[in-house]
Amino acid sequence: MTHTFIPVLIMLIVALGVGVVILSLNRVVGRHQRNPSKAAPYESGVPLLDTNRKRVNVRFYQIAMLFILFDIEAAFLYPWAVIYRDASHGNAGMFLFGEMLVFILLLGVGYVYVWKKKAFDWK
Amino acid sequence: MNPWMLYLVWPLIKFLIAFVIVQVIVAAMNWIERRVLGLIQARLGPNRVGPWGLLQIVADPIKFLLKEDIVPSSAEKIAYFLGPMLPLVPAFIVFCLIPFGPPPTFAVTHTNVGLLLILALTSTGVYGIILGGWASNNKYSLMGGLRSAAQMVSYEVPFGLSIVGVLMLCGSLDLVHIINYQAHHVWNVFPQLIAAFIFFVSMNAENNRTPFDLPEAESELVAGYHTEYSAMKFAFFMLAEYSAMLVNCCLMVSLFLGGWTLAIGGYGLTTATLKSMGFMGGLLGTVIFVVKVMTFMMIYIWFRATFPRFRFDQLMDLGWKWMIPLALINIFVTGIVVLAAPEMIINGSVVPVGETILAVAGAATVALTLFLIMKPRAHAPKVIHASRVSEA
Repeated sequence: MTHTFIPVLIMLIVALGVGVVILSLNRVVGRHQRNPSKAAPYESGVPLLDTNRKRVNVRFYQIAMLFILFDIEAAFLYPWAVIYRDASHGNAGMFLFGEMLVFILLLGVGYVYVWKKKAFDWK
Repeated sequence: MNPWMLYLVWPLIKFLIAFVIVQVIVAAMNWIERRVLGLIQARLGPNRVGPWGLLQIVADPIKFLLKEDIVPSSAEKIAYFLGPMLPLVPAFIVFCLIPFGPPPTFAVTHTNVGLLLILALTSTGVYGIILGGWASNNKYSLMGGLRSAAQMVSYEVPFGLSIVGVLMLCGSLDLVHIINYQAHHVWNVFPQLIAAFIFFVSMNAENNRTPFDLPEAESELVAGYHTEYSAMKFAFFMLAEYSAMLVNCCLMVSLFLGGWTLAIGGYGLTTATLKSMGFMGGLLGTVIFVVKVMTFMMIYIWFRATFPRFRFDQLMDLGWKWMIPLALINIFVTGIVVLAAPEMIINGSVVPVGETILAVAGAATVALTLFLIMKPRAHAPKVIHASRVSEA
């Protein structure tokens, strides 16, 4: 079945090519009128007050970490969901359901803990 | 057939056709959006270039091409270049995985894990946004990029979880199989009403569209992550955004609204019926698909004209405290129903008992929610119309 992915690979190359070609065309065809104030960072017309590289609120990192946790949960659910209906016709249905229930409940405990720790509150 | 023809030449030809059509739709969407917004706000919108302003679709790219490509002196050069390129590439590739009509003729390629690959590719779009925001070396850009990343990442979870219910009913990651399943049972919106709702809200948030357009909040952040971008690089961000919208609408239609089919319980325009009509049948299927997709694109525009913007804490609350538990409950209920009520076969035709139960339960939940929202509150403030202020 690998050969069905060949078009995807070709499109990757085509997309990169199209992007680079259009950007270089823009360089060639577009205007060239450089001056220092044009290349200065945009700060609503005010001269730059202080540095732009500042510390970022830790909550953004927190959200990223929580995302990894819960998205992996979703990733684990996918293969289970695909075989669930076929398996539930046999005897394995109850077992599959129970296994996933335990998994979700364990994550649910973590979810409640994180909620109580106010990690979801943006204040 | 020659394998080179089958896996290289044909997909390339089909991709080029799909590519051109998609790019025209994306460019046209920009014009349609401005016109429709104009109509909603009782003004004209762009109507100068060509009849009804239609040539605006051509004029915009030409103008983007002729503008100066400004790179800020303080920008990180390589990352600044990669910023618009990274979201553009997945936006292009994804279209060869979406079946626009009955395969093999109307889909560029047909894989058994198409849905998984589409989800993986679309979620890489966030890299370009945060990289572009950071590389611009501008406070507005950085803030827009960070907000966008946090928002897209937060809504990725309910987005992914809402699809699980559909997978449990259809038992496949193949979009063609999911669409055929819906034609022979019932559209997934009915048994998966809650999931469809979560999917729709999350896809709005994923695309940074109103009411979730905080990364581009022009009153706070100028233009968000693309403040420092000009000319074609800016156009690439726009292109990627509109392509992502189109992809999400295609997914919504394929997963919940029966894709190119127009059938229920195997009656109506199923894949087999369309295929028996030959090429014209396939074309008809594609037209049905595009009409459904464009309906959702119109809803995007309608939302943009109607809703005010969320606050960032409200946005995070909605995502983490409402959407994720709701999606998990949906999976739980679907699991019980699939386990307890398998399909019944009466007189040789499949009767979807589980789907019916889920549809009734979903409709009941929605009715209850609406009832609770609409119920007048005991301490609701009395609303006085502006013209009657002096009397009160």
